[in-house]
Amino acid sequence: MRWFATIRIALRALRRNKLRSVLTTLGIIIGVGAVIAMVGIGNGAKAQVEAQIASLGQNVVLIFSGNFSTGGARSGWGGAGTLTIDDAAAIATEIPGVLHVSPEVRDRQQVLANGLNWNTTVLGEGPDYLTIRDWPLVDGGMFTDQDVRSTAKVCIIGQTIATELFANEDPVGQGLRIRNIPFKILGVLARKGLSVMGSDQDDVVVIPYTSAMKRVSRRTYLNSIIVQTAPAATSAKVQADIADLLRQRHRIGTGRDDDFTIRGQEEIAAAATATTKTMTALLGAIASVSLLVGGIGIMNIMLVSVTERTREIGIRMAVGAHGRDILLQFLTEAITLSSLGGILGILLGVGSAKLLSAVAGWPTLISTSSVVVAFLFSAAVGIFFGFYPARKAARLDPITALRYE
Amino acid sequence: MSAVIQLTGVEKTYHSGEIDVRAVAGVTLEIRAGEFVAILGASGSGKSTLMNIIGCLDRPTAGHYSLDGTAVSALNRDALADVRNRKLGFVFQGFNLLARTSALENVELPMLYTHAGLSRAELRDRALRALEVVGLADRAGHHPNQLSGGQQQRVAIARALVNNPAVLLADEPTGNLDTRTSIEVMGVFQKLNDGGMTIVMVTHELDIAAYSRRNVVMRDGQIISDTPVTKRLSAPTELIRLQEAHAAVQLAP
Repeated sequence: MRWFATIRIALRALRRNKLRSVLTTLGIIIGVGAVIAMVGIGNGAKAQVEAQIASLGQNVVLIFSGNFSTGGARSGWGGAGTLTIDDAAAIATEIPGVLHVSPEVRDRQQVLANGLNWNTTVLGEGPDYLTIRDWPLVDGGMFTDQDVRSTAKVCIIGQTIATELFANEDPVGQGLRIRNIPFKILGVLARKGLSVMGSDQDDVVVIPYTSAMKRVSRRTYLNSIIVQTAPAATSAKVQADIADLLRQRHRIGTGRDDDFTIRGQEEIAAAATATTKTMTALLGAIASVSLLVGGIGIMNIMLVSVTERTREIGIRMAVGAHGRDILLQFLTEAITLSSLGGILGILLGVGSAKLLSAVAGWPTLISTSSVVVAFLFSAAVGIFFGFYPARKAARLDPITALRYE
Repeated sequence: MSAVIQLTGVEKTYHSGEIDVRAVAGVTLEIRAGEFVAILGASGSGKSTLMNIIGCLDRPTAGHYSLDGTAVSALNRDALADVRNRKLGFVFQGFNLLARTSALENVELPMLYTHAGLSRAELRDRALRALEVVGLADRAGHHPNQLSGGQQQRVAIARALVNNPAVLLADEPTGNLDTRTSIEVMGVFQKLNDGGMTIVMVTHELDIAAYSRRNVVMRDGQIISDTPVTKRLSAPTELIRLQEAHAAVQLAP
């Protein structure tokens, strides 16, 4: 009852000073709103990047031929011509913890179909490629080991190719010419969207890697090897094993540089998310400053309020209020202001985040945890900044307070 | 009748810089239940300090104070607050009502700090009854700025009465009031006292002190006289006299 009454007293006091309460709350509303919106934008960007990374596939290790750190003129990734089909086969058979391996040959080619042409990426891959990338087909089927062995002229195409070359028709079963060689379309891939680097992953034609090497690119080496490890296998261990194996196979003596580069998914993910993490932290920090300013605003108003209501405090003490009751009253006022500001700020933050996504097209992600944290934080701001004025009020001497003019 | 207030050798010394000021210098006073005592004195006589001690707002630096059987000179801040809440009712010179708060809510105030939980309806009932005693039940919803000085003081009296105190304490209750409303307030006090309420009032006005039953005069922190009132004024009679006097000079109809 006593608690209940004190809370009622506090709420009544706030109602009596409506304009002041609203203005004080405004500081917190803007602070919490800014935190929610800014963290929402940061998280949205992070989620987008994470989705792109997930589109690489799960537990993927990439091996590129050619070492990034060789001196002199450098051919770039995949250009050195040191990875072979035998390397890929050796990795598949000799390294424990490897689930799937797909040798990769990458090339850009002009493709023709239906009297239309399109410049696209032609990927030579193994049959496990789609499993590794977790990339389903929407139509038709994948080529098989048999197709790989026979350097079959078969392909599957990405959504962009399907749209650009086959507008309204079903592409499965139709022909597609790569470098004037006719390939039969076996299947159409599901839409995958943009890659981490921002390129269109659906602008692709996938053919057996043997066909790519012998018929299209006419080369004897692979650009890269994609490996999927078992979920339980340690990526670092597998990467080290692969490095050892390849060094041995390529006869690289100790002290000499690798002629290949191994990248785990974690590294790619870490590099890509580092920026967005920094951005989220920066945005959050800037927004927190405004929340802090809002908190100081509350403290300021509460101090003014204590001074202004010294006589009221004196009266309350004279009729039997304990210091505790006065403390609770002023603390309740501060917490009410700040948590009310928190709730309105959350609405404002969610609203402006939605508005930003709608108007500016930025991806935003409001997580429940950020809302809960923002609310608790605003309440904590109330306690923190309300405590000093409330304690000041509670420690007043009733006689002095009663005589205060 | 037993003593409600028992002061024995009470002293209060203030330290202001180098000098010690003895505001109350050894007061022994006994006030029995049902008395109506006026403490008189010029400013600086120590009467207000004594009143603060009696009102448990201040603690004596020496001596013993027993209120309604409780030794209050030894109590801590919170315990004193509880004593003020349950055993004392305060009426101040400046009314000290909460602004922008209805008369009814002002009267409810002491009950909000009473440990025994009362429902909102009970609070309201008790506050209304207290307002009825001072004749302001019809003004329950008015805010202090909508009430006259006399009415505000009566709300303050209702607030003082609401927790059924052992003693009603009034510090210059008529200091801010004109003659007519002063007499009205004294009328309320006399009525309450007739009903058995113990009242202790501080004033510097002799004619106001004449409404009480016993006058205690203070000077330099000590009691210099303690006498029963012989020519006691009666508020209703005085009001009629005032009315006639005003009519004579056509101040009133």
